[in-house]
Amino acid sequence: MKILMCISHVPDTNAKIPFKDNQPDLAGVTFVIAPYDDFALARAVEIRDAAKGKLTVLTVGLADADPTIRKALAIGADDAIRVDAKPADALFVAKQIAEIATQEKYDMILMGRESSDYNGGQVHGMVAALLGIPCVVPCMKLDVEGNKGIMHREIEGGKEIVEVAMPFVAGCQEPIAEWKIPNMRGIMTAKTKPLKVVKAVEVAPQALVSKYEAPAPRGKCTLVDAGNVEELVNLLKNEAKVL
Amino acid sequence: MEAVAVNNAIKGGEFLIRETKAQDIFIPEEFTEEQRMMAQACKDFIDKEVNPNIYDMDSMKEGFMASLMDKAGELGLLGVGVPAEYGGLGMSFNTSMLIADYVGAGGSFSTAYGAHTGIGTLPIVYYGSEEQKQKYLPKLASGEWKASYCLTEPDAGSDANSGKTKAVLSEDGKSYSITGQKMWISNAGFADLLIVFAKIADDKDLTAFIVERTWDGITMNDEEKKLGIKGSSTRQVFFNDCKVPVDAMLSTRGNGFKIAVNILNIGRIKLGVGVLGGCKSIIADATKYAKDRKQFKTPIANFGAIKHKIAQMATKSYANESASYRAGQNIEDNINALIASGMPEGEAKLKGVEQFAIECAIIKVYGSEVLEFVANEGVQIYGGMGFSEEAPMARAYRDARITKIYEGTNEINRMLLVGTIIKRAMKGELNLMPAAMAVAQELTSIPSFAEADASELFAEEKEVIKNLKKAVLMVAGKAVQTFAMQLNDEQEIMMNIADMIIEIYAAESTILRTEKLIGIKGEAACEVQVAMTKVNLYEAVDKVNRAGKEAIACFTKSDEQKVLLMGIKRYTKLNPINTKDARRLIADAVIEAGEYCF
Ligand SMILES: Cc1cc2nc3c(=O)[nH]c(=O)nc-3n(C[C@H](O)[C@H](O)[C@H](O)COP(=O)(O)OP(=O)(O)OC[C@H]3O[C@@H](n4cnc5c(N)ncnc54)[C@H](O)[C@@H]3O)c2cc1C
Repeated sequence: MKILMCISHVPDTNAKIPFKDNQPDLAGVTFVIAPYDDFALARAVEIRDAAKGKLTVLTVGLADADPTIRKALAIGADDAIRVDAKPADALFVAKQIAEIATQEKYDMILMGRESSDYNGGQVHGMVAALLGIPCVVPCMKLDVEGNKGIMHREIEGGKEIVEVAMPFVAGCQEPIAEWKIPNMRGIMTAKTKPLKVVKAVEVAPQALVSKYEAPAPRGKCTLVDAGNVEELVNLLKNEAKVL
Repeated sequence: MEAVAVNNAIKGGEFLIRETKAQDIFIPEEFTEEQRMMAQACKDFIDKEVNPNIYDMDSMKEGFMASLMDKAGELGLLGVGVPAEYGGLGMSFNTSMLIADYVGAGGSFSTAYGAHTGIGTLPIVYYGSEEQKQKYLPKLASGEWKASYCLTEPDAGSDANSGKTKAVLSEDGKSYSITGQKMWISNAGFADLLIVFAKIADDKDLTAFIVERTWDGITMNDEEKKLGIKGSSTRQVFFNDCKVPVDAMLSTRGNGFKIAVNILNIGRIKLGVGVLGGCKSIIADATKYAKDRKQFKTPIANFGAIKHKIAQMATKSYANESASYRAGQNIEDNINALIASGMPEGEAKLKGVEQFAIECAIIKVYGSEVLEFVANEGVQIYGGMGFSEEAPMARAYRDARITKIYEGTNEINRMLLVGTIIKRAMKGELNLMPAAMAVAQELTSIPSFAEADASELFAEEKEVIKNLKKAVLMVAGKAVQTFAMQLNDEQEIMMNIADMIIEIYAAESTILRTEKLIGIKGEAACEVQVAMTKVNLYEAVDKVNRAGKEAIACFTKSDEQKVLLMGIKRYTKLNPINTKDARRLIADAVIEAGEYCF
C-alpha cells in the first residue's frame, strides 16, 4: 500500500494576517499543516500502519514549508517530497502532484477537502482528472477493503457510501480520523527521514490575484429601546435614510 | 581541554560577582525547530486532552488522571528525563525545561506530571542500580507504571530529615520492614511505585527505597480535600510492616536525604519554569476577556488600569522566562562539560544541577511568586466573573497557590539560597569576600558622577545591575561580619538578602535576553521587550532598595547605619522612566496578539 498524502503549508487559522502594499504580509505569521489535511494525514497514518505500507507526504512550496513537512514526518509519514515552487494556483499545484503520481504509482492520493488559506477546493478534482482516476469529496470516512476504498461522503440531507477501486483521489475532512499530536520520538526522528526536493514542472499560471480588498468596516451601531418605535422610525428615515 | 572549559564556565551564584555577557546566555528565542515542535505538541496535548475535560479532572473522576498520564506516556512526555537505553528519550536539560513550561498550563495535571517524571522517576534515573533501572525505568517512561514520592510526614515537612518512618532489617537479612506514615503524597491514588524515605535504626539520615504498590502492608487515606489542584491525587500513605527486599534500597544506607535534596534541586527549577504555562494561559484568557468585556461603553482593555495589569503580568512572565532558561542552559552546559571531563553521565547530571542549586531556588521562589501575581491580577481583570467557578480564573488562582508551598516552601528556599551562597563563600568556592570588601572600601570614597554612555544599548541598565550587586554584597557582607554563623537565626535579614538576590538575577537575565534578542532581530523589532526590560528593572531597583534599607535598619546603628543607608541610596539609583507609556506599549502588544506573544 502506497499512499501519497498532499499537505498545504498555510497560516495558522488563528493568525491575523496583515497586508502590506496590497499583499498579505506573512513575515511574522506561524504556518501549520492545513486543518483538513491534518485529519487526512491522521487517517493516512492509520491506514499505513494497518497495511504496513508506505506513506509519502507531498507539498508544493518553497523551503519555508520544510518545518511543516517535518511535522507531518513527526506525525508518522515515512518520507517526503517537496516540489520546490510557490503554489501559484490550483492547476499549477494539481499538475505538480499529477507529475509526481505519474513517476511513482500510489494506491491512493489523499488531501484535505480544501486548504484553509484560499479555500479553493479544486486541487483534488484536477489531480484526478489529470490522472484519469476517480475522486471522492468530501470524504468523511475511509476504509480499505482489498483494492477498494470504501468512503462516506456527506450529501444534502444524508450520507452516500461509495466504493472506489484504487488508485483514487480523496478530499478529506473530519471526522475521518482524530487529528494526531506528534509524539516526542516522532519529532526526534523526523529529521532523519528523507525529504526530497524536486523541481517543478512548468505550468503557465492560469489565475492571478489582481487585488485584495478588505471588507468594509462595520458601521456604528445605535441601540434603540424596544418600546421606542418613534425614535426607530426617525433614525431609519433621517439618519440611515433607508425609509 | 574540557577541564579548562569547566573552570572558565560560570559557577552557581557567581553571577553576583561576575559580569555575564549577553552572548553567553541562552534565550528561549534560540530554541530549535525541533524543540518548538515539542513545545507545540505539549500545548496541543493540554488543549486537546486537559482543557476540555477540566471538570472531570478537578472532580477527580475515577480513572481520569491515570488515563491522562497514559496518553502523556503515549506521546513520550513521561520519558523526557529517562535515558534512551531505558526506554526514555534522554532529552537535554533545557529541552526538559521547555516541556515543563508548556505542561505547566495543565493545572492539576502538571502536578501529577511533575510528581511522576520528577521526584517519582529521577531518583531511579540518578541513583538506581543497573538492575533497578532496567526493571523500572522503561515502565515509568512509557507510563505503564505511575510513580510517587513519599518523603513528607505529619511531623516532618520542611524538616524532612526528621521523619519517623522506620526500616528494620529482617533477621535473615533479606528484607526491610517499613513502618510509618507519609502525608501529602501526590499521585498516591494511582501510583504503582513509591519512592519511600525511612530511617534505619538510629541513623541520622534517611535511606530511600523503591516500593511497589502491590507489596503487603500499604494502605491509604481518602483523597485530601484541597484548596487547589483539586484534580491531583494527594493522600496519606501508611506503611505497616511493609516488607521490601534489601535490593529495593536506592543507593546506599543513609544516602536518602542527599537523594531528596538533589532531586529537589531539579524539581525546583522545573517548578519555576513550569509556572510559565500557567502564566501564559492566564494572560491569554484575561486579555481576551478584557477585549470582550465592556463597561462605560468601552472594552475594559482600553482602560489604563487594566493595561497596567496586563503589562505587569507579561513583564514578570518575561523576566521569569529569561531567568529560567538562562539557568537551565548553564546547568546543561555544566553537565556536558562534566561528562566531557570523564564523569559518568548520571553523576554529571546531579553535580551539574547541584552547582546551580542557588539559581534553582531563586527560580522556584521567583516563578511561584510571579504565577501568584499573574493569577491574582487575572481574577481582578475578570471582576465578579473572576470570583465565579464558571470562568477559568478562580481555578487558576487556587491552583497557583501550591507552588509557593511544595518543593520546599519559599521561606525554606530563600534561606537555602542565601545559606548556600555564604557557605560557598566561606569555603572559598565563591570569591565573594574580596568583592564585598571592595564595596566596603568604595563606600568611603567619593561616588563617581560619570553618566553611562547613553548611546550604548542598556549601558545605563547594566551599570544599575552592577550597583545592585554592590548593594547586596554590602548588606550581606555586613550581616555576615556582624552575625557570623548566627546569621541563620536572623531569618528576617536572610529573607531581605534573598529578595535582593532574586530580583537582581531576574533583572539581569531580562536585560541580557533582550540585548541578545536585539542582536538577532534588530532593535526595531524588540521595542516591547525593551520596555519590559526597563519596567522590570525599575521595579527591581525599588525592591532591592527597600529590602536593603530594611535589613540595614535592623542590625546597624548610628554612623555605620548612616554610611550603609547612603550606600543603598547610591547603589539603587536609577534615572526615572515613563512607566506609564512603557506599560501601555507592552499591554497594547499583548492585547493586539490576544496572548503572551514573546
Ligand atoms: C498538594 C501537595 C502535594 C504535595 N506532594 C508531596 C509529595 O508528592 N511528596 C512529598 O513528600 N511531599 C509532598 N508535599 C509536602 C510538601 O513538600 C510540604 O507540605 C512542604 O514541604 C511543607 O511542609 P509542611 O507542610 O510540613 O509545612 P511546615 O514545614 O510545617 O511549614 C509551615 C510554615 O513554616 C515555615 N517554616 C518551616 N520551617 C521553617 C524554618 N526552619 N524557618 C522558617 N520558616 C519555616 C514554612 O515555610 C511554612 O510557611 C505536598 C504538599 C501539598 C500541599
